[in-house]
Amino acid sequence: MLIVLASVLGIASMVGAYFAIHSKSLTVAIIATGVVSLISSILFLLLAAPDVAMTEASIGSALTSAIFFLTLNKIRQTNG
Amino acid sequence: MGKKTMIALITLALAFVIYPLYQSYNGSETLKDVGQYYIDNGVEETGAQNLVTSVVVTYRGLDTLGEVTILFLAASVISFFLSFSKNDRIKSRSIRSVTEILTTSTQVLVPMIFMFGVYIFVNGHLTPGGGFQGGAVIASGIILMFLSNPRFKLSHKVIQFVESTSGIVFVLIGAAGALMMDGDFLSNKIPGFGFGEVGSIISAGAIPVIYTFLGLKVGAELSNVLGVFVESQSEK
Repeated sequence: MLIVLASVLGIASMVGAYFAIHSKSLTVAIIATGVVSLISSILFLLLAAPDVAMTEASIGSALTSAIFFLTLNKIRQTNG
Repeated sequence: MGKKTMIALITLALAFVIYPLYQSYNGSETLKDVGQYYIDNGVEETGAQNLVTSVVVTYRGLDTLGEVTILFLAASVISFFLSFSKNDRIKSRSIRSVTEILTTSTQVLVPMIFMFGVYIFVNGHLTPGGGFQGGAVIASGIILMFLSNPRFKLSHKVIQFVESTSGIVFVLIGAAGALMMDGDFLSNKIPGFGFGEVGSIISAGAIPVIYTFLGLKVGAELSNVLGVFVESQSEK
């Protein structure tokens, strides 16, 4: 059961990583990186590392996405 | 040769190098010496129920101090490069209006997120998590505050005060272990901090105190990074 869940999550994170690289829209790419981090935090939890999972969820998906969005907004402002 | 053939060849070569490593790997059933030592003596020597915490704060406390220093350096470099003079400030920046749903849910959620962050680092010696995780959770609450109110500003004085005070207290507690007892730097045997009963909230000597200040420090630093990024939006 656990291995099925882990495989589904792994495939989902690979799909997310593909979108993060190949998506035409930068917004979609940033959201996809956030999703990859979120899925990997669940994988860490399945591997019995709850403290790493907590760090990954809060820094990887929340803080990094926020900083990426702020930077994207700034770039759009400067380029008009 | 095309670019794709080259990539395929390099991948094959890498696979050829790495495959023997995979082939010869067999996970060990028993722990190595250090791990076995932590499990045998960790609770007795540090009084912390959570062994990860006893390693992070006491046995490898110096590494934690180094990590905090790296984080501090990164935060300072970011503020240094993203700061700008008042003359370059945009007078009236157009800001998208915020929906009612976001403002109301922020008012409900932010206190809970802060409380959860504090819970994580106060219970660091009992349950998974600790200063870093708690601080990061607090900073993610700050994101929500920035989103719901784009004109919200972090007070630099408060951030500076929290950050520097907790850093100094962390080092002082570490030095106290070295000076007052014959212990080492950041050892957990400090007079006045009893070990208490393993598993209760007031136990494990100086670990909860160190983790509380660590959480405040990390939270202040990460919030400051976010605040600097948000502020740089109104630079010309």
